[in-house]
Amino acid sequence: MKANCWMGRNKVEVLDVPEPGILNPRDAVVRVTSTAICGSDLHLYDGYIPTMRKGDVLGHEFMGEVVEVGPGVANLRPGDRVVVPFPIACGACLACEHGMYSLCENSNPNAGLAEKMMGHSPAGIFGYSHMLGGYPGGQAQYARVPFADIGPIKIDDDLPDEKVLFLSDILPTGWMGAEMCDIKPGDVIAVWGAGPVGQFAAAAALQLGAEQVVSIDRFPYRLEIAGRAGALTLNYEEVDVLDALRDITAGRGPDACIDAVGMEAHYPVAAVQAYDRAKQAARLETDRPHALREAIMACRNGGIVSVIGVYGGFVDKFPMGSFMNRSLTMRTGQCHVQRYMKPLLDRIREGFDPSFVITHHMRLEDAPRAFEMFKNKEHYCNKVVLSPW
Amino acid sequence: MSTTINRQAHRLAEALERGLHVVRFTPSGGLHAAITVNRPRHEVYRFWRDLENLPRFMAHVESVVTVPGGGSHWRVRGPANRIIEWDAEITRDREDELISWRSLGGAATRHRGSVRFTDAPGGRGTEVRVEMEYRTPGGRAGLVVARLFGEHPEQQVRDDLRRFKQVMETGEVARSAGSPEGPRAWRQFFQHKAQPAEHARRPAQHASR
Ligand SMILES: [Zn+2]
Ligand SMILES: [Zn+2]
Repeated sequence: MKANCWMGRNKVEVLDVPEPGILNPRDAVVRVTSTAICGSDLHLYDGYIPTMRKGDVLGHEFMGEVVEVGPGVANLRPGDRVVVPFPIACGACLACEHGMYSLCENSNPNAGLAEKMMGHSPAGIFGYSHMLGGYPGGQAQYARVPFADIGPIKIDDDLPDEKVLFLSDILPTGWMGAEMCDIKPGDVIAVWGAGPVGQFAAAAALQLGAEQVVSIDRFPYRLEIAGRAGALTLNYEEVDVLDALRDITAGRGPDACIDAVGMEAHYPVAAVQAYDRAKQAARLETDRPHALREAIMACRNGGIVSVIGVYGGFVDKFPMGSFMNRSLTMRTGQCHVQRYMKPLLDRIREGFDPSFVITHHMRLEDAPRAFEMFKNKEHYCNKVVLSPW
Repeated sequence: MSTTINRQAHRLAEALERGLHVVRFTPSGGLHAAITVNRPRHEVYRFWRDLENLPRFMAHVESVVTVPGGGSHWRVRGPANRIIEWDAEITRDREDELISWRSLGGAATRHRGSVRFTDAPGGRGTEVRVEMEYRTPGGRAGLVVARLFGEHPEQQVRDDLRRFKQVMETGEVARSAGSPEGPRAWRQFFQHKAQPAEHARRPAQHASR
């Protein structure tokens, strides 16, 4: 089968690889009908996530048709159409029982490695490094799905792929980013990053009752999409973000700030950008946390900083003084996707259409070009959906 | 098989291990490891007490055959894939609380150990604590057992416990293309590609229920 493989920094290749099979009783094999490239795939592409190996199959946002199930999967059968959540979760450990699926205690066979890097291990993730399981991803014609009786959600009606595909990651991730803000009437929510996750976070914050949402980015076409989703927009190359937010909130600051950027933030002050880039390049600092620093500084006293952008390792110059003295709360996490799939599918059935983030449909063979285009923000590239067949 | 990134990861892991990970390994050759299993204590004890279940989660153990009177015969895959065998006996058995054992015979495989089961607080399941003792490297007692556990003995016992938890909670051992055998310390540094592999394929089992 064809699969998009990580071949080193800034290099992916579509290769012929063996088809996956059933390894465990609770596995299913899915024939992938649609798969997407995620902003967090760029962290792999750029070489900032440790423990990648040449030849690893990428992709954690995919859906398709079940073609084979193990004897432990009673609720799915060949022919079922499913969307697969990106965190692999068993449904039976304490974390899963509490709905913290991305912290599943049983799905990462390389938990020992993750423990050494992070203290404790999170769940395994499709196509996202060996530290997070060494699972082949879904940018392929077929994918093996462990714990298939727990994760995948069946799509029984004729909703097209593009409306339900994002249940696999970015829609729930944006939703959780907004939910962690504990939105109350009158709240102003600021969102760093107007990529697809930030766009969904903005849309979710409004649906959860925010008075106003402010999206911050530097690409006008992305801000425009966030604007269409209902956000007020700030281009940080044109305005001073802290000043502008103080202005909008008459000095209070946003009640909650969402970091939908993560470890490769860009920063308009060249010296600070250069400092972090140099440290990151030398591997002294694994992550460039400008968005997070600014979100902390901007947040109102006693407010919430909600982090859904992906971080891989360590950050520098963390404004702990601001964070501590002003009674801020930080909430974080890889999305517990399984928790949100059903309620968000219901919203889609009621008319919410998440396909507004898609700018490009391409074939799986074109993945190398798609990665390049997405990374360099060419052709107003916002979200690419790949067809493997 | 290892790549630059894997070497980097290995070094980082080693460096962090020195900082974060205290190997509690006493001069007498004792080690311990613990894990919490989200199942009732009786069920966890019963599973372990049926020693023939142990190969399902102990990476090195090929088979355990129990004989009447509390004895057992162990077949274990050692360094260089050599099969090593020994007999063992249960020395203490308190239902739902404790199982202790010791090996019989040759000094090279001499060791003893125990596993304790207690309720985790607040309904969090069962705490499982394993202790093992073998003398090395001064005396020759427990030499084979020491080699089985390699350079990171506690990590290997902890990986066994991780697989035990997986089997108890999910009914299977977590496998990926990168780690097709499930959690094993050495594999974490010498991963297969995260790409489906012919050799990892098992006979397809179609749904029949
Ligand atoms: Zn994603
Ligand atoms: Zn779990």
